Amino acid sequence: MLTLHCPYCGVDADETDLHGGGEAHLKREGPGSTDDDFEDYLFMRENPKGVHFERWRHAYGCGKWFLAARCTNTLQVFGTYPAQTPEPPQEIRDKISAARPGWSWGNLK
Amino acid sequence: MSDAVSALQGKVAPGEVTIREAGLQGMIILRGDLADKKLRTVCTGLSGVGFPAQGQANSEGKTGLCWMSPDEILVLVPYEEVAQAIASIDKALTGTHYLAENVSDARAVLIVEGAFCREVIAKLAPVDLHPDTFKPGDFRRTRLGQVAAAFWMRDEDTFEVICFRSVAEYTFNLLAASAKAGAVGHFAS
Repeated sequence: MLTLHCPYCGVDADETDLHGGGEAHLKREGPGSTDDDFEDYLFMRENPKGVHFERWRHAYGCGKWFLAARCTNTLQVFGTYPAQTPEPPQEIRDKISAARPGWSWGNLK
Repeated sequence: MSDAVSALQGKVAPGEVTIREAGLQGMIILRGDLADKKLRTVCTGLSGVGFPAQGQANSEGKTGLCWMSPDEILVLVPYEEVAQAIASIDKALTGTHYLAENVSDARAVLIVEGAFCREVIAKLAPVDLHPDTFKPGDFRRTRLGQVAAAFWMRDEDTFEVICFRSVAEYTFNLLAASAKAGAVGHFAS
């Protein structure tokens, strides 16, 4: 069972209180983008066994979206942070580096 | 005008822990900037209690304030005073970005009262209700069984539960069944 800390409510919410929203930190490709970029934006997703960044919504609680960094293999949670964060905060990256040296995810290291 | 009735009209399930529907309760959802001084003043003025911190509820009798989310507060006032309360919120917050809506008839309030009320709720919600973690004044929005609900502790032996009116009967039966099944003794010291 996954328990994530909601950065807005300050409570530890159980998986059944939450709703998953897929991959985090997607960059939207709008009008004027190339077909390849648009296809990548629509369909191409990370599918790692290990470090992953995801969107979650505290559906039964405050209703806010937040982002979480966790390991898909062990369910270890490295941290959660507000959805208004364009890329993972350094503090979270440090935690991941400590637990999974040499990790990478998309363009992130 | 037709007579207003609450969802279960004061239904009671007596027992060691009693489940009771609280009857008509005025509830106003207020969304806006909770740091705004005008908003805080009008809320505390209407309810007569202090402005709650994150994850807290302050209540006294039929009035109170519950922290729902970073931009949402639930104002509890007596049922008859809702229209007047919304009028004073509108007056105080004119020109700012806010939303005040009367949700009294869309929700139901249930009261869980008795020695092991903590366990009655703990069996139904994915929340750590240990006495060291969840104390009177703490407020939590979560689910009870299969429906969304919010609850807070008025005192050591009393929980107040808010759910949608359409699921009031389900929630009532759920709490009554949990109370009837008895204490688990998990929190006993």
